[in-house]
This record gives sequence, structure tokens and C-alpha cells, in this order.
Amino acid sequence: MMLRAFLVTAIFLLSLSGFTSAADSSGLANQDSANELKVFSDPDMRQRYYGLIAELRCPKCQNQNLADSDAPIATDLRNELYLLINDNYSDADILEFMASRYGEFVLYSPPVNSVTAVLWIIPAGLGLLGFAIVAFILWRNQEDDEASNV
Amino acid sequence: MIPEIGHFALLLCLPIAIFLASIPLLGAILGRPLWMRLGPLLALGQWLFLLLAFICLTHSFLTDDFTVKLVAMHSNSALPWYFKLSAVWGNHEGSLLLWVFILASWTLAVAYASQSLPLDMRARVLAVLGMISIGFLLFIIFTSNPFERLLLNPVADGNDLNPLLQDFGLIIHPPMLYIGYVGFSVAFAFAIAALMTGNLDAAWARWSRPWTNIAWAFLTIGIALGSWWAYYELGWGGWWFWDPVENASFMPWLAGTALIHSLAATEKRGVFRSWTVLLAILAFSLSLLGTFLVRSGILVSVHAFASDPTRGLFILAFLVLVIGGSLLLYAVKAPAIRSNAKFGLLSRENFLLVNNILLAIALSVVLLGTLFPLASSALNLGSYSVGPPYFNAMFVPLSLPMIVLMGIAPYISWKRSNKISAAIPKWLIAAFVALLLAGLATLSLSNQYQQDFNWLAFITLVVSLWLITSTALHMLSKAKHQQGLLTGFKRLSVSYWAMVIAHTGIAVAAIGIGLTSVYEQQKDVRMLLGDDISVSGYRYQLTAINTFEGPNFSGTRGDITVFDGDTVITVLQPEKRFYYAARNVMTEAAIDPGLTRDLYVALGEELEEGAWAVRVHVKPFVRCIWLGALMMAFGGFLAVTDKRYRSKRMLNA
Amino acid sequence: MLSSSRIKLFIPLVVFALLALVFLQLEKRMISGDYDPSMLPSALIGKPLPEFNLATLDNPNTVITSINLNNKAALLNVWATWCVSCRVEHAYLNTLAEKGITIFGLNYKDDQQKANQWLTRLGNPYQLNLFDVNGKLGLNMGVYGAPETYVLDANGIVRYRHVGVVDENVWQSKILPLGLNW
Repeated sequence: MMLRAFLVTAIFLLSLSGFTSAADSSGLANQDSANELKVFSDPDMRQRYYGLIAELRCPKCQNQNLADSDAPIATDLRNELYLLINDNYSDADILEFMASRYGEFVLYSPPVNSVTAVLWIIPAGLGLLGFAIVAFILWRNQEDDEASNV
Repeated sequence: MIPEIGHFALLLCLPIAIFLASIPLLGAILGRPLWMRLGPLLALGQWLFLLLAFICLTHSFLTDDFTVKLVAMHSNSALPWYFKLSAVWGNHEGSLLLWVFILASWTLAVAYASQSLPLDMRARVLAVLGMISIGFLLFIIFTSNPFERLLLNPVADGNDLNPLLQDFGLIIHPPMLYIGYVGFSVAFAFAIAALMTGNLDAAWARWSRPWTNIAWAFLTIGIALGSWWAYYELGWGGWWFWDPVENASFMPWLAGTALIHSLAATEKRGVFRSWTVLLAILAFSLSLLGTFLVRSGILVSVHAFASDPTRGLFILAFLVLVIGGSLLLYAVKAPAIRSNAKFGLLSRENFLLVNNILLAIALSVVLLGTLFPLASSALNLGSYSVGPPYFNAMFVPLSLPMIVLMGIAPYISWKRSNKISAAIPKWLIAAFVALLLAGLATLSLSNQYQQDFNWLAFITLVVSLWLITSTALHMLSKAKHQQGLLTGFKRLSVSYWAMVIAHTGIAVAAIGIGLTSVYEQQKDVRMLLGDDISVSGYRYQLTAINTFEGPNFSGTRGDITVFDGDTVITVLQPEKRFYYAARNVMTEAAIDPGLTRDLYVALGEELEEGAWAVRVHVKPFVRCIWLGALMMAFGGFLAVTDKRYRSKRMLNA
Repeated sequence: MLSSSRIKLFIPLVVFALLALVFLQLEKRMISGDYDPSMLPSALIGKPLPEFNLATLDNPNTVITSINLNNKAALLNVWATWCVSCRVEHAYLNTLAEKGITIFGLNYKDDQQKANQWLTRLGNPYQLNLFDVNGKLGLNMGVYGAPETYVLDANGIVRYRHVGVVDENVWQSKILPLGLNW
């Protein structure tokens, strides 16, 4: 009975999620008298813009992303980003654009290459190691138990 | 005169620390009780002189003594007195003095609150703390003297404290953080003392636990304060950036969390003896590593102290001695033979083991991400940055399973769980409730914040609500009593309550983190007087712009009235300030706090025609993050009030 | 003698030793001036300058699309009148120009009139000054502030980028060792 209640709820929720969509907010927006500093024709582009400026590092500042920095270079780069997005550059293109000018240093999400691979290999390795340790200890405890029970 | 007294007091601490590091230790080795008893007295002496030094430095700041170089560089006559006070530790030299003073305070506490500890153990612990003190005192005296004078080139007034630091946050964040960081030195000292004697049975773990819990609780508060402070002070609504300096505080916290749990297993069942010792060494080593990273100049961060590489070398040498020395001692003297205690898959030992492993992996990820750019530069392999995208991507898959396991853990007994079948229905109920509530909440939030159903938010909610419900159900079943629930609750031990509150705190913080990351909204707009903008259903209108004078700055203040429909919720007053002495422009954000959402406004730059760039945020549930942290800290403090720590019968293992 | 479990206990020490070596290396390089965490290596090293289409500072009507190097190495100095350090650097650039070193200028996000007046007053070490009023070329080059100086070899390839003031010390320790044909 409990299992059935479970399944029903799960299916209900899953189906609901499929029907939910972003509510239409255009009515509200039309009443705003202030304009966004950077206007995008498409909410997706706007979202990509905010995502990218958070992901790119200000070349000059003390470890800040483009979104949070007031430095002139950050302002210039944000403006450039705006133009690139409106020119239909993809996210990958934009990151490539920035990296080819300022170096991979400006990518907060490090590129995957033979040097940076260690950033993913080590945690994965540790995960496997951890799993192996637990498995080994449990196995050894069982073996000892059996041995002492003989 | 006063700075010289302070300097002299500081110098006097060095011989005292040297005695503290040697006499009690020799007493323990040679079996001389009198020498061992000198420990607390020496600790008291050290503490008193450092207190004097600290008071002298504070006096110099409060009286605007600009002949003291530190005061000239970091203070100003127009600075309000409470910021002059916090300016004492708002710089490299002063904060180190605070560090060593707090170390002396912990040493004193251990000296006088350990009456039930065997004499020789206490002597060794105090000696180790003394050794650490020597290192810091040498560093301060020889490279970072806070009492240095500017007698040949006096200045009329000071450079002022960095405007970013002229804030309440500076008054409390560093002290709380340092009390936590430095507090791990106690567990470290216990571990070293235990390694020295070769006696690694459950006793050292039992003695270490209350000290570690308190240190951990303070560190939790310190980190939460830092996050909260950055949020409202830096002006862009961020509360964690995985900045190397932030990571430097988070790593000891992760190690400390693993340590408090591992100590429980070692104390109760004698398992993980080597591992727990290593964790104790690791937690404090990470604190020291943090100190090095932040002051050596090898990091770029808005939080880093301006320091120079020669100081960095000194700290590095110190690190090599302390960490290298302790790890060598560990390698040589830690037990290589494992304990005889066995445990099965569904045992508390195993759960603690998995918990420790997950925390260790999390710690490694943070360490790796923080050090990789440095290593890559050092080895000329390229210049890279590792930032939030990496850390967030790694952390989410690590923390979600941990939270799930935390919900199961209370039901699991030591060694072997025999009553699991009784727990399963409760877990199913908890899962059911969690799924239902999470689903409803996510739908409601999607609607309110005009977004599609978000799976990350949903999963975070499921997992957190599961933890809360599962823990609550466990507490309910444990509190069942013939004379009613209330009696049952009263009979639950304090440490059990502490666990419940702390774990619930994690769930609350996770909810805050998950929901604010997914649903936060921001708009950068151009506003003239009278203009308005809507964000997430709230309407923000610029209703006034005024200039005003502060004590050491001139400012522009905007009035932003916030409406919900036609009702005025609040008037937010963000400011832009120009600090005279530092010649620095600063932004002061205005926040309307709430448990379910923060309304956050900051002024950008002034644009043409008198318009202003304004940044408007709605941040759902962000306060839950710090509320959760406070709950965790409270749990940590609560745990040490448990009856067993107040009993005097702790003599024997 | 050493059991395998004993050896495992040495792992943390070894890891720490490696870390300490990395830190030592960094500190040593910082002290020798070789490493500065806030300095970005240029992404242009080994590449030619990006394409551009700019007027010169003295004549807004001419349009330049390339720099003529005459088979000699040259410096490309990014400067502006709003940049305080550029003023400090200028005297040394004059000295270099007198010695026959070819220096080109990139006037970065500046006011044309002010820039020309500046040069008249303080001397003009530049063979040619590109007028990059909106910083477009600067952006394409990866400029993030002034002053910056790019060292070009005889083939127009960027060999080194210096951020900050170029003085005798920098010339001797960083630029001359490149062994270029000046």
C-alpha cells in the first residue's frame, strides 16, 4: 500500500513537471519604466550573458569574475560579450574568443587538456580508492569473523 | 612609550614560550611532577604578556599614535573608534598578534580546564602548544613587528583603513575565525602528545572531543560570518566564490568535521585510531597552510593580506617544521596494527568510515582546485584558473549522497544493526514526505520565480527534507516514553540533541544554497528619478537621490521603494561612498532581509542625465545558508555541555 | 623491516614534501622577480599581432593596417595620457629611441588632442602611433591596462609582453636576453 502511494505520487509529480513552463511575464515587464543596461531580444541570450560573465575571470582584478568587477577592462569585456552574443556566437565560441586573447587564465571553468586532466582524474581516483578501502575493510572483517567462528 | 611596553611584553613571551615548550615536556619524560606542574603557570604568564601587548597596540590605534607604522598605514583620525579597534587586526601584523594571543588563550584554557587529565599528558599537550607559539612569536618578532615605529618620517595622519574593511563584519569575523582555526591546535597537541607516548587508546580521543567541538563550532561561525559579510559588503550579492582564501578556511572545516566524527568512533569503539590521529594533524596543518597561503603573496585574492615573499619563506619554513615534523612522527609512531574491533556493512563504524572518506574526497577536491593554478605556474605548465564552475560541479555529487546517508545514520547501531527492519518503514515515510513536499515546493517556486520546473532544486529539496524528516522520526521514536513524549524528549541526551540540531542545520543550509543558486534573479538597469523595474514580482522604484557626509567619506544615497502590488514593503537605501583618505569609491548595498527571500539593491555608477546604474536582486532563501550554519555551530557547542564532560571521573581510559 | 602498513603511513609526509617543494619554488621565483601571480602571460606569445584597421595619432585621415618592421625587432608600447605610470616610463622610452630602438605606440582609449600635446611636450619616441580610441585592438591583443609593452621580432611575431613600466632593469633582464635583432 505504501509502495503504491509512493508510485502514484512520483508519477503525479513527474507529469506535473512536464506541464509547468515559465509563466508569461511580458505583461509586467511592459509596465517598467527603467530599462536594463543590456537589452537582449531573447531571454535565453540574457541568461547566457549572465552565465558567461560569471564564468569569465577579469584579467586584471584580484580574483573576480566579469560580473562583479568595476575595472575598466571588465566593463569593456562585458560590452564585447554583449556584442558577441548578439552576433550569434555560441558559448564555446565566446570562451575561445576570450581565451585566445587573454589566455586560458580567464576561464574559471578550466579547459580539459593533458595538464588539467589531473583535476578530474585525482578525485575520480580517490573515489575509487575510497570505495576499495571500504570494500576491503568490510571483506576483511567478514573473513576474520568467519575465521574466528570456525 | 606604550608601544615599547607592548613590544617588550611581546619579546618576553618568547622565553616563556620556550620554557613552556621544554620544561613540562622534560618533566613528563623524566618523571618530574614539579616541572610538569609549571606548565599552567607558564601558560598564564604567556597569556598575560600577550594580553598586555595586545592592549598596548589597541591603545596606539585608539589614541591615533601615528608614530606607530601600523597605525599610520591602517588608521586615520577621522575613523570611528570601533573601526580603529577592529583596525588592530585588519592588517597582517596585528592579525598575527591576534592569532598568537588566541593561541595563548586556548593554551591557558587547556591548562586550567584539564584537572582530570593525567599530569604528564597535560604537560605534553601544553608543551606542543608552546612549540607552536614559539614559531609564531619568532615570526612576529623578526618579520612582522606590529610595534614598529615611524620616528624618522612621521606623518600627520594615517592612510585610513581599507574602506571595504570599515564594517561591523571586520569586528567579529576574524576573531571568530581565528578562535576556530587556532582551536584545532588543541586536538593537534593531543594527537602529538599521544603519538609521543605511543598511547593511542580511546582516552586521547575522549579528551580531545570537547576541545575539537568548540573549535569547530567557532570555525563554522567564522566562515558563516565571512560569507554573510561578503554578501552584504562587496555589493554584488555573492556569498561564496571558492576564492583561495575562502577555501583556506573551508579546508580545515572539512577536516574538522571529519575529525569530530572520527573521534567519536575512536572513543567509543577504538577503531580508526591512526586515521583519527592523522585527521587531528591534518586539521591544524590545513589551518597553518591557510595562514601561509594568505600571507605569502603567492595568491591573488581580494581577501589576501598584502605581504611579501620573504615572509612567505619564513612561514614555509615553519610549516615544514610543524607539519613535516608531525607527519614524520605520525609515520614512525602511529599504530600500524589495526584494532581488533570488527564491524559490518550496516554499522555506525562503517557509516562514519564512509562519511570520513566522502569528506576526505571533498577536502582533496578543494585542495586540488586551490593549489592546481599555483603548481601549474610553478612548474611552468601554463596559467590556469579554477573557479566556481569546477568546485560546484564537484561538490554537488559529493554532498548530496552525504546528506542522504546522514538521514540513515542515526538508525544505525555500532558494530551491527539488528533492528534495521524497524527502521525501514520510517525511511519510506520520510522519503515519501520529502518527495511530496519537495515536489510541491519546487512547483510553487517555479511559479513564483517564473522558471521551468528545476530538477536541481527539486533534488536538493528532496535530499534535505529527507534528512530533516528522517532525523525527526528517529527522535520521535527514541523519545517514546510511558509517561508521554515530553518526558521522553527531556530524557534524550544533550549530545543527541546536538546531533539532531547540527544535522538539521546542514539540511537547512543545503536548502538555502540550492534554492538561492537556482532561483536568484538579478537585473542591471538604468534609472532616472521615478523609474521603476520589476524583479520576481517585486517592483523597485527610485524615489530619491541625496548626497550626504559621513565621518570620513562623502556619499550619495538612493531611496529605492519596493512594492508588492500596491503595498510598500520597504525603502532600501543603497549608497556610493567616496573615502577621502584612501581615495577609494565603495558601494554599500541595501538589503531587506527575510527567511524566504532577500531583496538586494546596489548602486552602480552615475550615468548621463543624472541617471544611475542600479543592480537589483531577489535572492530566495539565502538567509537559510547562515541560519543552517548557526544551527550547526549551536549543535557543536551544545555537545560539549553533555553530562559526561562535566564529570570529574575522566581519569582513566 | 618496514611493513607495508608502516610504509603507507609515510604517504601524507611525502605528499606534504611535494607540496612544500612547489611552494618553495614559487617563493624563490617570486623573490627573483620571475613570478607575479597577478601578471598574466600573454596569449599572443609566438603569434603575430592581430589584424587591425586604425588611424594614426597625428593624422586621423590615414588608415594603417600593418606595421613595417624593416627586418628589425621593435617594441609596441601601449600608453595613454590618463595612465600615470606611462609618464614615468616615457623618459626611458625616449632614451631607447635615441639609441636606435624602434618603438611603435598604441594610444589606448585616449583623447587624441591630449595625446598629441603630451608627445609634443614630453618628446616622441614612437615611429608611429596607432590611435585605438575604443580599445578594440587592445582587446584583441589581450591588453588589460596601461602601460604594456609587446616585444616583436623581425618577423612581427610577439616574443614577450611586459606589464608595467619598462625601465633599464626590465630592458636588461627581460628584453635583451631574447637575443633579437635590434
